[in-house]
Amino acid sequence: MDPCTRRAFMRGGALSVLGVGLGGVPRFLVRTATAQGTPSRSKVLIAVFQRGAVDGLSMVVPHGDPDYYSARGAIAIARPAGGQPDTTVDLDGFFGLHPAMSPLKPLWGARRLAVVHACGSPDITRSHFDAQDYMESGTPGVKSTADGWLARGLHATPRASASPFRAVAMGPQLPRVLRGEAGAVAMGSLADFDVKGEQGAPATGAVDARRGFESMYEQGVRDLLYGTGRETFEAVKMLKAAAPQRLAPANGAQYPRGRFGESLKQIAQLIRADVGVEVAFTDVGGWDTHAGQGNERGQLANRLSDFAQGLAALERDLGDRMDDVVVLTMSEFGRTVRENGNRGTDHGHATAMLVLGGPVRGGVVYGRWPGLRRDQLFEGRDLAVTTDFRALFAEVAQRHLGVAPTAPLFPGFAVKTSGFPGVLV
Amino acid sequence: MRPLEPRRACAVLAPGLLALALLSGCSSGVPAGPATRSAATPPVPRVVEPPPRYRVTLAASTLREDQRILHVLNRLGYGPRSGDVERVRQMGLERWIERQLDPERLPDAALEAALTDYPVLAMSPAGLYRDYPPPRQQDVQRFQSGQMTPQEIREVFPPDRRPAVINAQLQSAKIMRAVLSERQLQEVMVDFWFNHFNVYALKGPVRWMTPAYEREAIRPHAMGRFRDLVLATAHHPAMLYYLDNWLSTRDDLVVPGRGRRGLNENYARELMELHTLGVDGGYSQQDVVEVARCFTGWTIERPQQGGGYLFRPGTHDRGAKHVLGRAIPAGGGQEDGLAVIDLLTRHSSTARFIATKLVRRFVRDDPPKALVDRVARVFQKTDGDIRAMLVAIVTSPEFVSADTYQAKTKTPLEVVVSAVRALDGGLDPPPAPGAPARVVGGGLSLARQVARLGEPLYEAQPPTGYPDVAPAWVNAGALLGRMNYALALAQSRLPGVRTDVGRFVQDVDRGQPAAVLDRIVSVVLHGEVSASTRRVLASQLDSPEIVRATSDDRGPRNTDVEKLAALVLGSPEFQRR
Repeated sequence: MDPCTRRAFMRGGALSVLGVGLGGVPRFLVRTATAQGTPSRSKVLIAVFQRGAVDGLSMVVPHGDPDYYSARGAIAIARPAGGQPDTTVDLDGFFGLHPAMSPLKPLWGARRLAVVHACGSPDITRSHFDAQDYMESGTPGVKSTADGWLARGLHATPRASASPFRAVAMGPQLPRVLRGEAGAVAMGSLADFDVKGEQGAPATGAVDARRGFESMYEQGVRDLLYGTGRETFEAVKMLKAAAPQRLAPANGAQYPRGRFGESLKQIAQLIRADVGVEVAFTDVGGWDTHAGQGNERGQLANRLSDFAQGLAALERDLGDRMDDVVVLTMSEFGRTVRENGNRGTDHGHATAMLVLGGPVRGGVVYGRWPGLRRDQLFEGRDLAVTTDFRALFAEVAQRHLGVAPTAPLFPGFAVKTSGFPGVLV
Repeated sequence: MRPLEPRRACAVLAPGLLALALLSGCSSGVPAGPATRSAATPPVPRVVEPPPRYRVTLAASTLREDQRILHVLNRLGYGPRSGDVERVRQMGLERWIERQLDPERLPDAALEAALTDYPVLAMSPAGLYRDYPPPRQQDVQRFQSGQMTPQEIREVFPPDRRPAVINAQLQSAKIMRAVLSERQLQEVMVDFWFNHFNVYALKGPVRWMTPAYEREAIRPHAMGRFRDLVLATAHHPAMLYYLDNWLSTRDDLVVPGRGRRGLNENYARELMELHTLGVDGGYSQQDVVEVARCFTGWTIERPQQGGGYLFRPGTHDRGAKHVLGRAIPAGGGQEDGLAVIDLLTRHSSTARFIATKLVRRFVRDDPPKALVDRVARVFQKTDGDIRAMLVAIVTSPEFVSADTYQAKTKTPLEVVVSAVRALDGGLDPPPAPGAPARVVGGGLSLARQVARLGEPLYEAQPPTGYPDVAPAWVNAGALLGRMNYALALAQSRLPGVRTDVGRFVQDVDRGQPAAVLDRIVSVVLHGEVSASTRRVLASQLDSPEIVRATSDDRGPRNTDVEKLAALVLGSPEFQRR
């Protein structure tokens, strides 16, 4: 990553990370002073990044496009056959879900799931690293951007009583999309999020060590390390009081085993525990299927199955809360239309993104379909982008999170509401 | 137990013998172990030291001598062990650096003895397949369908013959090397280049290839020539598999009965983007295709059985290619790929990209441009001599400037290892086969801590490897993880890792909390502590848990040195280097 990015971040981010935005008064004190009773149920965005470039043409299959089956042989997903297993799950007569994604079909039927197809970046890079960076910074082609678009959106939408858990990422590292002045918490798991003394029951000694660490990070100079330390202890105290781990999955939701399912489960626990989450982020890898991608079954099918089961369980677990929740999936680019020599696909251009939740105008595949004929392809090989990812993300940020249209969400990209895909009510 | 005891013997040597003792690794070939702890130091034969191969003169600096020593031990290694600062002062800091630049001549007997506990390090992929075979498909199915009892599973897959052992040993050995090796800079460079030419050990058969990859492709060249690293990694089955080049063939290849094969761009792209030119190095998508064509036919002979590199002329694209504006004539074979490597490793973008990464590692997250320029020129002048670039960095004014001092945030590996070194922690060898699962060697135990902080060793999935800038590692969850690690380590709660903080304050009156604190700050931070942290630590001394009452609550107050040490290890200061 560009070194200037980091420096600018650290300088620019210091104020907010320190929480001294308002005349030098720490942010959490302001919060405490202005918080009114119980936190209100705010809107929640859950962003899921499919890292490694998911094959959008296998995830949401354009089975009605004759060029799909001529471009792909061994890895094509079979045409819908009236719900037969191992065939495409038809959505609208033209598109269908990969059969491993069938757990999401009921949500389509209930009009709570929408797809934006041929969505992607205006930048032509086929580097995972760059493309992920652009999708998270929100500035395709510009590497010097210091912060992420979600962080900018939150920063531009201050809340008097914002929680330290306003933005949460599940995982040991804070993703680029949440780095910036808004402040965000990254955690490997809820259980690990405390200072721990002797094994087993929290000993009295642990309380003391926490106090010691807390004071050390409270006293220091204003920089990334100290600022993060302060945010940390504020969050630890709040989490202790809310105890989200006690909330077992509701409504019979069954999360798939593994990191992705576990992350979604813990995001749901945080939301249900009312700790003030507005943005939750998690990612899931394994999409870079250069070889042996598989078709209705196989490598990619296994990943999609985990993915769909996780999202379906989340939706079920959150129950009525889904009325205020939008789940947005994204991936840095799609994959080549033509199958490569190894029954896989190489780095391509546009892909499909899913939008799911109560506020979603579901049951529709959004975006103009550019076609798969060779002369319709981007650079003669890839699905062309007809929806700029920023138009979709801007719609979600503005309509769902209430980010002002004037906020610097995507610098250099002017989008009017008429340019939104229209996925949200 | 594999303690650092032999090193303590160093501390009692007469100052004049110190340099010699360091050179001999302090253990003179005696394997480390409890028996050596009380053994008298063997007589050291008089050896005339050969002159150093590399001369280092540090630039003028406003840092004090102690700070310079600390800085160098933190940047060129994994931080000081107790007594190291004094030892380096005796020897002379520049001499120490010169020795680090010439690791082959630095004896490392204690480490070598410790590494015999990890047989996978020396094994070939074929040998690893034989000794740690993948489970048979039918057994996996029986296991997954619940048809096997735990006992049967243990019989069919004995835990010490499972493929997971390979990674456990690799991770353990990496920790042992970082903690124990006298060749600290070499270990830092092996880590740097493995990360630069990252492979993901958990992708298919890469696990069985990774020990050989580090041993053959990375380690021998870690301080050698950059071009040799590219050549060795390009030919290695681990890289050929990880970035799919083993599958890449001329685009028109049809294998009778098995269908079309074709070009796979993955390696070609990452070779330019991540290994050589850098993403802004001036190549196009067409260059990616052309480079991929040059590398067609570079494959692996039976990858699932531990085979090596193989060039298959029949799958090579023999047409003419154009790479970065240069023509590669038709009719070539594997020399096409070699020509690309020549072209890329002599390219000015590569010099700049590698210089930037090195300066970022050793100097600052935002590499000073003037220094990058100078190091890039050294790359070009010396045909990519890594040692020459290191000398240019270490002797630069930027390296010893005040705003470089403690400007880097330690990575998880660095924080875990430097803390063990600071406390002279002892690491148990791996348990014997058949030991209960909860018994864990010290190396693996620490590797698990590194993973919890976000850096599972040999398990970085993307080809970028792990980032080398602070914002990637500093966040709420990871900071808590660091504090919890500090507590567990100082309180000797990590399985297989032994620490004894009390030893450092033996001669201090534990009823004098302020004196105890001074000693611990001196051991862990060498006195380099901010006024505010010192104030907080001092105020902790009034806390009833830090100052433990004795059992009858009447005797002299007894400072909880472990908790105090944990606070210091978890302090903001110790997170920096």
